[in-house]
Amino acid sequence: MTAISDRAQLSALAAQAADNRINVDYESEGMTLNIGPQHPATHGTLRIVARLDGEQVVSAEPIAGYMHRGYEKLTEVRTYPQVTTLINRIDWLGSFANEVPFILAAEKLMEIEAPPRAQFIRTILFELSRIANISLFLGDLGIQLGGLSVGFYAFRDREFVLNQIEAVTGGRFHPNFDRIGGLKDDLPKGWIAETHVAMDKLRAFCDEVEDILIGNEIFQKRTRGVGIIPPDIAKSYGLSGPNARGSGIDWDLRRDHCPPGLVYDKADWKVWTHPDGDAFSRSWIRLQETREATKIVDQLLDAIPSGPIMAKVPRIIKVPEGEAWVATENPLGEMGYYIVSKGDLVPFRVKIRSASFNNVSIVPWVCRGVYVPDVITILASLYFILGDIDR
Amino acid sequence: MSSPEGGATEAPAAEPETEPAPVDEAREALLESVRAELGDAVVGSHIRPGDDLWIRVTNEAWRSAGEVARHKLGCTYFDFLSVIDWLPSPFGRDMDSQEDIAVHGAEPREAGPIVTGYAGGDTRLQVFARVVSLEGGHGLTLKADLDDLEPSVATWVPVYAGANWHEREAWEMFGVTFVGHPNPVHMYLPGDFEGHPMRKDFPLLARRVKPWPGIVDVEPMPGADDADEEAAE
Repeated sequence: MTAISDRAQLSALAAQAADNRINVDYESEGMTLNIGPQHPATHGTLRIVARLDGEQVVSAEPIAGYMHRGYEKLTEVRTYPQVTTLINRIDWLGSFANEVPFILAAEKLMEIEAPPRAQFIRTILFELSRIANISLFLGDLGIQLGGLSVGFYAFRDREFVLNQIEAVTGGRFHPNFDRIGGLKDDLPKGWIAETHVAMDKLRAFCDEVEDILIGNEIFQKRTRGVGIIPPDIAKSYGLSGPNARGSGIDWDLRRDHCPPGLVYDKADWKVWTHPDGDAFSRSWIRLQETREATKIVDQLLDAIPSGPIMAKVPRIIKVPEGEAWVATENPLGEMGYYIVSKGDLVPFRVKIRSASFNNVSIVPWVCRGVYVPDVITILASLYFILGDIDR
Repeated sequence: MSSPEGGATEAPAAEPETEPAPVDEAREALLESVRAELGDAVVGSHIRPGDDLWIRVTNEAWRSAGEVARHKLGCTYFDFLSVIDWLPSPFGRDMDSQEDIAVHGAEPREAGPIVTGYAGGDTRLQVFARVVSLEGGHGLTLKADLDDLEPSVATWVPVYAGANWHEREAWEMFGVTFVGHPNPVHMYLPGDFEGHPMRKDFPLLARRVKPWPGIVDVEPMPGADDADEEAAE
């Protein structure tokens, strides 16, 4: 096996080669290829303007903003409990996970803490939304690369998770379930056993994906060595989540900086990294993460303590003056909220740091010099949700 | 962020507020090393023990503060960069007032005094950014004042490549010029958009056409009792 330092060297060489490829010897006028705004690879409406030289991409510039909803402005006219309804829709495939860092930041300023039972259920729902999100990624990845059947498996098996989320929260996509100081409701009867069954099904789904997609020779040929991102570049662009871990960066906010209010330390699980930094490693990390998430859910389900699900909070929530930053490891990567409060019912300023915004900002760098079909591979492997870029 | 004990504590304990004056030595040391590098350029700081560190530098030292954070403190991970407008909103958007002046077609009221947050500030607009050291597990929030009339600051793109998009967003939303930015074009807004929507004096049009639903929408929380209600009123 190659040593890590050699890996770093290799990535640097690959980056250099990408730079060199742009100014190729032959001269051509080039053309501009417009990908999107409506393209299956864009998960919404991202447009990519690629300047081509022959089959190679000279520059690729993502153009966002087709779905900008101005959440940062809107949060300034919503009370704290109302804000969760908005931020649910940032990453719509893992909605519950969007609410958590905001609620935690507000709890930090108010200096209250959810009861243990609420913290456990919160963490479980967080991981369920991760599974729902990433299982769709795995299916989508197959669709992008020509393996359509994986997509149908993914949509089928994601339902098991969505059903569980719906059973608790009443909403498949937009739970709006997290509250400052706890949760809206307790678990329904029989939910724990049902979720155990669902987790078994999801583990079987992971094995299935590993067989038909990750282990597939065509898939490996199309993803290995494509879109290599060295770790130092990844850090300076602020790549997070599986994209960073796919570049060998051993950093997971669940393990390394778990904010109070989530109980990841109560479960035994592993943070996977992959040294290659290419499209394959990013996809592989996500598959492993789904497996780990099912493990976390299983362990926490057995350990849920009894007790209340809501701390004592005032009926009308006023958050004391101050500034707070809380980030959590969301399905797409690090998601954080920087809340500035003036002691009002509404936040004074909320800076939403969404994972995809940073993850996609690397596209111009990583797409230089690659071939056109690889652009789709790279975009699919970076995995973004448009709502998470445009906010 | 990122106290080493953050992930390891058994039950997430409350802030150590009972102690008289908790001292965060790691963050104090971090602040001292920034002071040693930048000297007088550090004009303000704030430490919340066990949680976070804020440092405010002068506008001229913004770029070098980024370089110090990256090269001396090991904060190679770029988290985000944005701007805060400290002007109190002239449109009565806080529910305390119960008056959404803009709805009734009245003139925007006189803006109140500007009160800045942690690490202080002398101007209306402030740029702030967060960088993290993944190896050391520490992060810090840097702030710098911006000129009121022509807000501008040096770009961070040569230091942190990821600042590119964040600065484009801050530029169009707040009208802050990032000197030396390689590609200052709109991020979200249409190219011919006028104004800077995230500034506090930019009216939110949705509020002009539909009145603020008001306090009746606040849903009752479980466990609320009369004492709380009285306190809230």
